[in-house]
Amino acid sequence: MAFGWLAGALGDIARGALTTILLIVVTTLVGTLLSILGAAGRRNGPVVVKRAIAVYVEVMRNTPFLVQLFFIFFGLPSLGIRLDPILAAMLAMTLNMAAYTIEIVGAGLDAVPGGQTEAALSLGLRPRQVFIKIVLPQALKVIYPALTSQIVIMMLESAVVSQIAVRELTYEADMLQARTFRSFETYFVVTLVYLALSMALRRGLVTGGRRVLGAGVS
Amino acid sequence: MIEFTFWDIVRNLLLAARWTVLLSLAAFVGGALVGLIVLFFRIAENKWSRRIASGYIALFQGTPLLMQLFLMFFGLPMLGLRIEPWTAAVLGLTFFASAYLAEIWRSGVDALPRGQWDAGASLGLHRLQELRLVILPQAFSITRAPIVGFLVQLIKSTALTSIIGFEELVRTSNAINNATFEPFKVYGLVALIFFVMCFPLTQYARTLEQRAAAH
Repeated sequence: MAFGWLAGALGDIARGALTTILLIVVTTLVGTLLSILGAAGRRNGPVVVKRAIAVYVEVMRNTPFLVQLFFIFFGLPSLGIRLDPILAAMLAMTLNMAAYTIEIVGAGLDAVPGGQTEAALSLGLRPRQVFIKIVLPQALKVIYPALTSQIVIMMLESAVVSQIAVRELTYEADMLQARTFRSFETYFVVTLVYLALSMALRRGLVTGGRRVLGAGVS
Repeated sequence: MIEFTFWDIVRNLLLAARWTVLLSLAAFVGGALVGLIVLFFRIAENKWSRRIASGYIALFQGTPLLMQLFLMFFGLPMLGLRIEPWTAAVLGLTFFASAYLAEIWRSGVDALPRGQWDAGASLGLHRLQELRLVILPQAFSITRAPIVGFLVQLIKSTALTSIIGFEELVRTSNAINNATFEPFKVYGLVALIFFVMCFPLTQYARTLEQRAAAH
């Protein structure tokens, strides 16, 4: 084992880690938004929308992320949609995560007692206001721990997008080990970086959640 | 260029899917065996044994599976072991699965009321008997739904072994795609095969969950 190469590689590793963070931030924001729309649509939308969302969730949850990624990156161009690797990665990650978080958010919406909606309606709030101001905040509070886990899982899963040449952490590791011939050491160091990232991400989300959603978030 | 008809593609993918199934089964069985050992450490009375097991689980749940496979593939040869993609794939997925299975079973053990342990002890059972006759059968039975759910995750995870060179469904599909240039069809079929393998299990897990909730 030798780690002499490490000093010269820190820049690459940091750059890769930043791209990984960028990927997960975009995925979290867009994915959560999509899943709120999806969960609401699955409960209150027309039958066709409900069906479509149910099929989407099942298809995404029962196929590997790697295959979804290849399908989007290699398959879509034959329909005339050509995406940058990083855009394809963001799209695949967001679509994948939304399938899981639609179920999570839905469970949260179901957990809010119906009396809350009735009370808000009787105060004269419009249905949309009721959803955004009354039901959603309570639902998010209930499901926040599950959402946090899903975000961390997605961050770890993002290692796979190195396969379509997105220059994130794993891609940088692949390049480094090809240059230094120190495969084990390189992947060992990068694995530790991932471990630190996932721990920091989890802690950051818990602290941030407490601040935004109030006490009681674990 | 070799001509592939639609049925050639389907036939080759189905042949490759055998390896996906075999790898999933091997990793599940291996993971259950190793996971059982981790579980014993995780619920032992000794504090250090519990800590080591928690660390083991946190390590596998806090790092990407792809990195675990790479470390297996490049690390074992450094210990002087000759390693092929399939050994790295089976070992990597086995350890990955062991961490998740141990944690699921641990949650089952924790969910049992304290009285179960006391009852076992009052019958004069020593700890090992208590686990074997009273605690573990109940813990296994109440965690059946999440275990089936994890099996689905494990089947999907086998796709990653294509990256370290194991000839399963995804690696074969990459080769076919390189020959036919029909990614839409090829990866669509691969997704369909995975779906056919996973969907019944997902439904089964859902049934188990509902049955458990009804009690």
